[in-house]
Amino acid sequence: MIDPSPSADRPEKRYWLDEPRNVDKIFYGLIGVCAALLLSDLAYHKHATFGFESWFGFFAWYGFLCCVALVLLAKQMRKLVKRNEDYYGD
Amino acid sequence: MIDGLNPALILICGSLLALLAPQGSIRNTFMLALPILGALQLWGLPYGQYARIEAFDLTLTTLRLDGLSFAFALVFHIAALLAVVYAWGLRDPVQQVAGLLYPGAAVGAVLAGDLVSLFVCWELAAVSSVFLIWARRTPRAYRAGLRYLLVQIASGLLLLAGVILHLRAAGSIAFEHLGLNSAGGTLIFVAFGIKAAFPLLHNWLQDAYPEATVTGTVVLSAFTTKMAVYALARGFAGTEALIAIGTLMAMFPIFYAVIENDLRRVLAYSMNNQLGFMVVGVGIGTPLALDGAVAHAFADILFKALLFMSMGAVLLRAGTVNGSELGGLYKSMPLTAGFCIVGAASISAFPLFSAFATKSLILEAAAREGHWIPFLFLLFASAGVFHHAGIKIPYFAFFAHDSGIRCQEAPRHMLVAMGLAAALCVGIGVFPGALYAILPYPVAFDPYTATHVITQLQLLAWSALAFALLVRTGVYPPELRSVNLDFDWLYRKLLPAAAAGVWGAALGAWEGFNRLLEGGVGRLIAALALHHGQQGIMAATWPTTRMVLWAVFLLGACLVFYYL
Repeated sequence: MIDPSPSADRPEKRYWLDEPRNVDKIFYGLIGVCAALLLSDLAYHKHATFGFESWFGFFAWYGFLCCVALVLLAKQMRKLVKRNEDYYGD
Repeated sequence: MIDGLNPALILICGSLLALLAPQGSIRNTFMLALPILGALQLWGLPYGQYARIEAFDLTLTTLRLDGLSFAFALVFHIAALLAVVYAWGLRDPVQQVAGLLYPGAAVGAVLAGDLVSLFVCWELAAVSSVFLIWARRTPRAYRAGLRYLLVQIASGLLLLAGVILHLRAAGSIAFEHLGLNSAGGTLIFVAFGIKAAFPLLHNWLQDAYPEATVTGTVVLSAFTTKMAVYALARGFAGTEALIAIGTLMAMFPIFYAVIENDLRRVLAYSMNNQLGFMVVGVGIGTPLALDGAVAHAFADILFKALLFMSMGAVLLRAGTVNGSELGGLYKSMPLTAGFCIVGAASISAFPLFSAFATKSLILEAAAREGHWIPFLFLLFASAGVFHHAGIKIPYFAFFAHDSGIRCQEAPRHMLVAMGLAAALCVGIGVFPGALYAILPYPVAFDPYTATHVITQLQLLAWSALAFALLVRTGVYPPELRSVNLDFDWLYRKLLPAAAAGVWGAALGAWEGFNRLLEGGVGRLIAALALHHGQQGIMAATWPTTRMVLWAVFLLGACLVFYYL
């Protein structure tokens, strides 16, 4: 069922995502989408319950900062909680 | 529709009857019919209370149908149906019976109108579900199952103790609002809290679910925790403490999810996170918040089942769900990858996917009640869930670096089950009104406003940008084969070590006591031997003449004393 080494005589199909250039395209596309969404805050009236919701691009930068904080904190947490796979002996 | 028949009985009795049917398509068809018949029976029953039983001066109401119990019972039937389709190729009677008996018990629990019926179903669910873990038939799964069962039974015992105290105090076993004002209510709250995986009581979930079988984890993910959310909504709606508890539940698991390697365990952590949203909804307790908790439980069962199904298919085909060993599987399993992405979009609350229409009810309720701190934390948790479940799961399994694993696409029955679940996730997202219509309270909320769509897309897109930047700059922590210490460390390491320490100390004390005793006794024996031993003066045989001599001497002495 599992064949980690595709046979050499039959060259494997190359996928669109195998090309690093295309991965870059997705990344730059994402930056474009993010910029557009940020700017769209100027184009409509936001219904906010809390004051901070109506700050410019609040949801964009809050989401961005939260995710960076999440990853950086989790990396520090790893120092504290990471153990070998057989730590519990099973 | 049979008047007054409890739909749970169709699943419970049917699961046992299924064993009589020959293994293969006949048994599968029979099992498929059970959740359909149960759902039809449920659909046909008007709201009300049925099946009252008088026992030991108590009135048991085994079937109570209202807006709250209906929504949960309905989605439980859908989840049971999806699991039967997913397990169509399975030929293991243990999993087949447990896969329907356990949902049956869960349906019974949400339909129970009194606390004693609830307790019976609560325990039946605990005992029947453990077989889905043991069915993996490895020593590791056996031990994980035992730990799971101990925790579940503890929850049941607390519930029983709480019910007895509540009966003595209130004189009734009706399952209505309980509150935290009595000892009985508090015990019941903790019992529910264990099954809802409250912080510090949560670890049985991450410990046990990823150890279950491919099908087992899918089934397990749907019922126990949502049964607890139902019970909290019934007994403790508006309990302020739940807002703090739920916020904490939504927050801390996302950190573990980022560094966890086993992708099914990542999903188990994200279950905890989603349950946090529901618990906050129950804690706020307004009609909108309770509707949100119920709707989100409904949606969560479906997208979590879908995500666990896709990871189950990966486990089946690639032989592992460790992020460190996977990658590039979209080439071998494109359909599974597609369904996984639908599940990921649903849990992340993308517009047009289910959680967008359900989670927002809870956030809106929090905002309307002015809970701005929980609101900000839940927003953090929303970004976090997109990060670890929405991006990490599909990315590390199907994309990332190509692991070189080439395997078959998932079996057709699994694809059908995933397709059905995906259709429901999109269906709820596109037509939220259909779900809103069966919620306990009328919903006056439109998720598709410009503000909501744009702010949610901002949150998600910028979270994705953070992920992409962190991965491209190499800051993102790599997937590593490891174990991360969580609260189970307490009972898997500290407690055994403490017990071993206490046992060692007791053993040492006993040996010391023995040595002391032996020393004392030895000295006593030596002293006795000195006088009474073979050479001892007291052990020597005395000649009669000496006895007579002494007798005469003593008599003479008496005589002398007498005259004096």
